Amino acid sequence: MQDLRYARASSVAEAARLLADGGPTARVLAGGTDVIVQARERTRQITLFVDIKGIPEAVDLRAANGEGLTLGAATPCHQIYGDAAVTSSYPALIDAASLIGGTAIQGRASFGGNLCNSSPAADGVPPLIALGASALIAGPGGERRVPVARFTTGPGQNVLEEGEFVVALEVPAPAPASGARFLRFIPRNEMDIAVVNVASSLRFDGGEVVEACVVVGAAAPTALVVEAAGEALVGSPLSEESIAAAAAAARDAVRPIDDMRGSIRQRRHLAGVLTERTLRDAARRARGEEVVSHP
Amino acid sequence: MSSRIIISTEINGEPAEFLSDERDSLLEALRDRLGLMGTKEGCNNGNCGACAVLLDGRLVNACLVMAAEVEGSQVTTVEGLAEQDRLIPVQETFLERGALQCGICTPGFLVAAHALLQEHPRPTEEQVRYWLAGNLCRCTGYDKIITAVLDAAERADAPSG
Ligand SMILES: Cc1cc2nc3c(=O)[nH]c(=O)nc-3n(C[C@H](O)[C@H](O)[C@H](O)COP(=O)(O)OP(=O)(O)OC[C@H]3O[C@@H](n4cnc5c(N)ncnc54)[C@H](O)[C@@H]3O)c2cc1C
Ligand code: FES
Ligand code: FES
Repeated sequence: MQDLRYARASSVAEAARLLADGGPTARVLAGGTDVIVQARERTRQITLFVDIKGIPEAVDLRAANGEGLTLGAATPCHQIYGDAAVTSSYPALIDAASLIGGTAIQGRASFGGNLCNSSPAADGVPPLIALGASALIAGPGGERRVPVARFTTGPGQNVLEEGEFVVALEVPAPAPASGARFLRFIPRNEMDIAVVNVASSLRFDGGEVVEACVVVGAAAPTALVVEAAGEALVGSPLSEESIAAAAAAARDAVRPIDDMRGSIRQRRHLAGVLTERTLRDAARRARGEEVVSHP
Repeated sequence: MSSRIIISTEINGEPAEFLSDERDSLLEALRDRLGLMGTKEGCNNGNCGACAVLLDGRLVNACLVMAAEVEGSQVTTVEGLAEQDRLIPVQETFLERGALQCGICTPGFLVAAHALLQEHPRPTEEQVRYWLAGNLCRCTGYDKIITAVLDAAERADAPSG
């Protein structure tokens, strides 16, 4: 392990001060499942860990009826899928929380850490975007909110300025007749990084789709909101034709790379397949049918 | 510069206070500072589960926890599973089923299986396989491990005596 110090913050202000004083090599420590590996393997220079799990707002989990969900940035996945209110109202978050790593990773890994690590393949990010979530950011200059859709700016890069950190993620309450679904493709069922992942959300009114969002991950430098897919879906009932048009839009929009996990061609194909599947499941959830996250 | 810190915690039900380096992982602290060698180092990056322990009752990989983080917490390692000299059912069924060969993965599997059975006393085979997906075994081919866990669930269920 590289030579580093550890500090535990017990308030938002204390964490912001520790991070600002620590300069660019001070890093937030949430679940540590990315950052402890980076510190040990020296892929990132770190001189100070600022542990935010002692800050009440950062480990909060509140799904207030009708007012949306406040998800502390460092709340571990295992706690999220153990929460009945989140499970019933935000199943697309559970789709992701229950497949990030394995059980022991889920005991620590957080959505805040997943977002701030800013990997193009992060599994927590597409569902947050599809649900319209925002990041509540605190820092030396006070608080600000940034939509998760605009948070990540490139692989490993995001909008956070020095001294800033994410306190919580705020997810709007699900509208009536709406539903969302997240799926990923990996060669095995657990413990691998997405070849492609997709989150879709739909809202219906009188049988017509009135809002639609398709987000594809691991197929561009950041998770990609496929605007043309949304346009293909809104304004008519969900049909085989509109689903196929949305899938075609997703295949057109992605800008994948070739690597050991998959080829460009495979990723393009998968973006279409997962778009179709997530849309069908999102519609089921919007109708109140149960779609289990995974076994 | 990192420095020496004193950490107060509870390990396997006993209060423990120990001196650690600020940059030690919990895995390093358990093995090198406390001499608890049951918890194994496989990959040291979260992929193999050999270092699994319970932290405040929740399954975690000790290689992905800083020792400094466990101040004031409760840690359970494989050494703390048996009640006095009595093995818990999943330890017994591992022995009976021969669910180990070289044994390096065994402590991690036992701790993870124990956590599973605490949360889901009657898991399906599929649940067992998903839950243990973060534990790697190079020797057994997994089937005997899965059977041992399923057997243990049945045994814990059966009326004793
Ligand atoms: C074996 C293994 C399997 C994995 N599988 C998956 C997977 O299937 N899918 C997936 O998406 N990821 C996976 N990961 C990666 C990792 O577990 C996730 O990205 C996880 O969500 C990170 O959360 P964390 O709380 O552990 O973050 P940390 O490691 O604590 O932090 C990650 C980064 O974000 C910064 N950070 C954390 N929280 C904040 C905050 N609130 N404000 C500002 N900066 C912050 C840290 O400084 C660090 O740079 C895996 C990792 C391992 C080791
Ligand atoms: S040594 Fe910790 S997971 Fe492999
Ligand atoms: S028994 Fe050898 S690795 Fe599992």
